[in-house]
Amino acid sequence: MGKVVIPIGPQHPALKEPENFVITLDGEKVVAAAVNLGYNHRGIEKACEQRTYLQDIYLIERICGICSHAHSTAFIQAAEEIAEVEIPRRAAFIRTLIGELERIHSHFLWLGVAGHEVGFDTLFMYSWRDRELVLDLVAKLTGNRVNYGINTLGGVRRDISPEEAAEIRKVIGALEERTKYYLGIASEETTLISRFLNVGRLSKEDALRLGATGPVARAADIKRDVRKDDPYAAYGEIPFDVITDTHADVLGRTLVRVKELMECYKIIRYILDNMPEGLISVRFPRRVPEGEAFSRYEAPRGEDVHYVKSNGMDKPERVKVRAPTMANAASVAHMLSGGYLADVPIVIAAIDPCFSCTDRTIRVRDIFRGSDSVLDWPALRDYSIRWYRENGLDFSGIKLFGREIG
Amino acid sequence: MVFKKLINWARIKSPWIIHFNTGACNACDIEILATLAPRFDLERFGVLLKGSPRHADVLVCSGPVTLQTKDRLIRVYEQMAEPKFVVAVGTCACSGGVFNGCYGVKGGIDSVIPVSAYIPGCPARPEAIIDGIVKLLKSLKQ
Repeated sequence: MGKVVIPIGPQHPALKEPENFVITLDGEKVVAAAVNLGYNHRGIEKACEQRTYLQDIYLIERICGICSHAHSTAFIQAAEEIAEVEIPRRAAFIRTLIGELERIHSHFLWLGVAGHEVGFDTLFMYSWRDRELVLDLVAKLTGNRVNYGINTLGGVRRDISPEEAAEIRKVIGALEERTKYYLGIASEETTLISRFLNVGRLSKEDALRLGATGPVARAADIKRDVRKDDPYAAYGEIPFDVITDTHADVLGRTLVRVKELMECYKIIRYILDNMPEGLISVRFPRRVPEGEAFSRYEAPRGEDVHYVKSNGMDKPERVKVRAPTMANAASVAHMLSGGYLADVPIVIAAIDPCFSCTDRTIRVRDIFRGSDSVLDWPALRDYSIRWYRENGLDFSGIKLFGREIG
Repeated sequence: MVFKKLINWARIKSPWIIHFNTGACNACDIEILATLAPRFDLERFGVLLKGSPRHADVLVCSGPVTLQTKDRLIRVYEQMAEPKFVVAVGTCACSGGVFNGCYGVKGGIDSVIPVSAYIPGCPARPEAIIDGIVKLLKSLKQ
């Protein structure tokens, strides 16, 4: 029998986001898989260059609705590094607290989606019901369920009162009980184990070679966590363990995530016990001095990297985002090949894909010359000036802060 | 006439939806899923999430339409059987929102296909989504 090529996506019941996987099948076996990204490319990085740093926070939070705090913190850390602003300790603690609450909500979300992908909808309903507890808490602390908007340049926007701290402890206690139950399901439930074991294998060597990050890497026994390796916010002084697993398959990724939840509760309790007094934000200059910075953040999905370059104005000259799913996308193609068609949804879901984070590569195809090339920086700049001129916006001749912008 | 009324009654009691992310940041998508989860339980209005556009009555879209998803959105819309309704969830889906003017974005959902109901919010809260869907069902009654 010949090989069959089937497309999965952009609209597919197993995918929550528009992306496209081209699966080559030999019978039931997947022999090759290719990942096509770009359906979610909106042009955020370019839009960031047209807004001030403060406006960028709003936009950057909307790179991804699930790890919005991760992106905004990573961006702000870079801006603060360029401006040489040190945030108060209390602000760093609150940022860490919200970051961990976000990790809890994201891991619960993943657990539900993973259950849904293998037809275990009860797990989906259970974990999404428990997830509402975190969302209620976050809504109380920040005013929003999903895009929190608590970060600001030079600190955070809201303080945490003792009553709110007591509320957090209560919710964390309830969630801890539930997490123990899920840990029991993930490590003892035979149907789930037989569905997850040896599915989507990624050995330690392959994970290192393909640049896997986050729980995918940690499930392959790679002890890599930005919170430990390059501590930011308040992680330097918080004791916690980096969870690793040796299964190197979907089961390992599930165990890593559920055990990480337990670490989250530990971190949050430590933060509440040791929350320093003081200011929650400091003044941030309107114009950021010239310079560049590179910032890392351990998002729920892995390492999130932001690069910001400033040219001394109130808007960044360049913002570059490398989201964790981008790093894991290469391993998906590897994990899929050799498996079965029925395992494709869960293998894709096991990296906890977030394609709205990922789709930001700039690749310009010149349809007139038929070439498919990556533009360098001056060429891209010329292209954007030309594009705006053709669309009725001509900046040539306008000077801003003594520099020609067009 | 009676037959038509019966069909409409059945339709209002079981509006099956299909969810298509046209380039959203995921926030609206997880809120749509949260609406289907036990806390908000949209299923009590007969709403069921379906995998194929051919089985669905309501197309729930989130996010601004990116240039890449535009053709696919039209294709999904055309695959749906008549009568079909489109609900735009979130500010981006209503107007393009914060992404308006980005080079990869076409605009709101209504710049590509006709929209029956708009649910604003960034992201739209589950309560707002329920309200929007119920309002759409009410308008079907008439």
